Amino acid sequence: MNRRSGTGYTGIPPWIYAIAAAGAVFVLLPLVAMVAKVNWPQFIPLITSESSLTALGLSLRTSAASTAACIVLGVPLALVLARSPFPGQRLLRAFVLLPLVLPPVVGGIALLYTFGRQGLLGRSLELAGIQIAFSTTAVVLAQTFVALPFLVVSLEGALRTAGNKYEAVAATLGARPSTVLRRVTIPLVLPGLASGAVLSFARSLGEFGATLTFAGSLQGVTRTLPLEIYLQRETDADAAVALSLLLVAVAVAVVGLSYRRPRVGVAPEGVFR
Amino acid sequence: MSIPRKHFAALLVAGALTAGLAGCASGPPVATGTASSPGASETPKPSGTITVFAAASLKPTFTRLASDFEAKNPGTKITLNFAGSSDLVTQITQGAPADVFASADTKNMTKLTDAKLVDGAPANFATNVLEIAVPPSNPASISSFADLARPGVKVVVCAPQVPCGAATVTVEKAAGTTLAPVSEESSVTDVLGKVSAGEADAGLVYVTDIKNAGDKVKGIPFAESDQAVNTYPIATVGTGKNKELAAAFIATVTGSEGKKVLSAAGFGTP
Repeated sequence: MNRRSGTGYTGIPPWIYAIAAAGAVFVLLPLVAMVAKVNWPQFIPLITSESSLTALGLSLRTSAASTAACIVLGVPLALVLARSPFPGQRLLRAFVLLPLVLPPVVGGIALLYTFGRQGLLGRSLELAGIQIAFSTTAVVLAQTFVALPFLVVSLEGALRTAGNKYEAVAATLGARPSTVLRRVTIPLVLPGLASGAVLSFARSLGEFGATLTFAGSLQGVTRTLPLEIYLQRETDADAAVALSLLLVAVAVAVVGLSYRRPRVGVAPEGVFR
Repeated sequence: MSIPRKHFAALLVAGALTAGLAGCASGPPVATGTASSPGASETPKPSGTITVFAAASLKPTFTRLASDFEAKNPGTKITLNFAGSSDLVTQITQGAPADVFASADTKNMTKLTDAKLVDGAPANFATNVLEIAVPPSNPASISSFADLARPGVKVVVCAPQVPCGAATVTVEKAAGTTLAPVSEESSVTDVLGKVSAGEADAGLVYVTDIKNAGDKVKGIPFAESDQAVNTYPIATVGTGKNKELAAAFIATVTGSEGKKVLSAAGFGTP
């Protein structure tokens, strides 16, 4: 199935194309409808208004920070899940992946009771002089919480596909575990890591529910682009549509960037198996 | 309520036919349907189903009024849909099936009348004012509106784009106090959530929200609140299917029974 080269045989019955086309239309039509609603003469002023640019800037900054946090926390998690079997591993994986299926607002409530002023850790943090509620840090925490599984899933998949033959060889040649990780494992799964990171970024960019519940909404501090869209919708539908289109454009650019890479990197591994 | 709707419709038709045929006969018309129910043979009684779109802040009162109405008028069914008023207007203009619309402000009702989706003139049935909500322990010792502007006090308000936020701006001007909120939320619920969770020291919400929240928050009234009185209008939606039942329900809301339930919940009379 993976060998697409040479014969030109795809193995797809023609009727599959019809349903696939319907599926594509189902996803694209709402976007087309939104584009049709855009007030084009006002488009540029709407997306370059001060509040819009502030929200976009905040979204890009917090998403970048969340992606960094996802890499720092997610790479070790994926390594542990993919490489070292231990009791309760399946349970741990299930819990790490939970934010994927959890409604973000539930995530927000959970974060509130963890890092909030009255929360599990919040009280100690408050005593240490750290206030997370209503700060940009809260936005980053919310985004990291919902985006982490994307990185872990992508990377764990890449690690499993790559196998550990090369690492074993490196170890027999005398490389220490840290060296193996740095020189063999990470370079091997770099495409998987990159696509996971890009997906995490995209998820962070779109994060709404957890942010609204946990971080609040204040221009320049916690009001990211999705929250700005939600608020603008109350009074100015044109602005909401224009900003939605902006968010879609950024998301498409980001996801488009990610989905060219892994195929190049992962395919040869698949062929080796 | 216990009669299946299909039977009830049959009964109504039967009742109507009987009433028509018996027009020249003496004595009360007798229902000839299979099921019998008290009052069903009296023709002017409202019946059937309506959908009421009401502002989120009306949830406790309208839920109560609707179930009372159903109990008093067997065979009627009132389906309630609560959301932010502007969301509801969007839904109705996009074709959502609503028979009655109750808005938390006149602005959103005007949007619907401008779209020619309202039958007749909307009736104002309640008013609401802002109040300061604080966590039960009142950690920042708030006792007046001016206290909210003290440095270090974490105040959460509604964004100016939503009705409660617009009221907040008016009150700020009237009081001559400018607030520096830590968050401007999109809904009263979000403000209240942050206060009851203890995240914020104070929030500005409606009197009725505080009453409804029970002992999770404490309310602190302030004099300037009467500068921003929110009026709640209700109207029959033009595209509705059951105008008769819609009118009957509106009469209940605007009548003495509605007034009793609404004022118990903290609403004022317009």
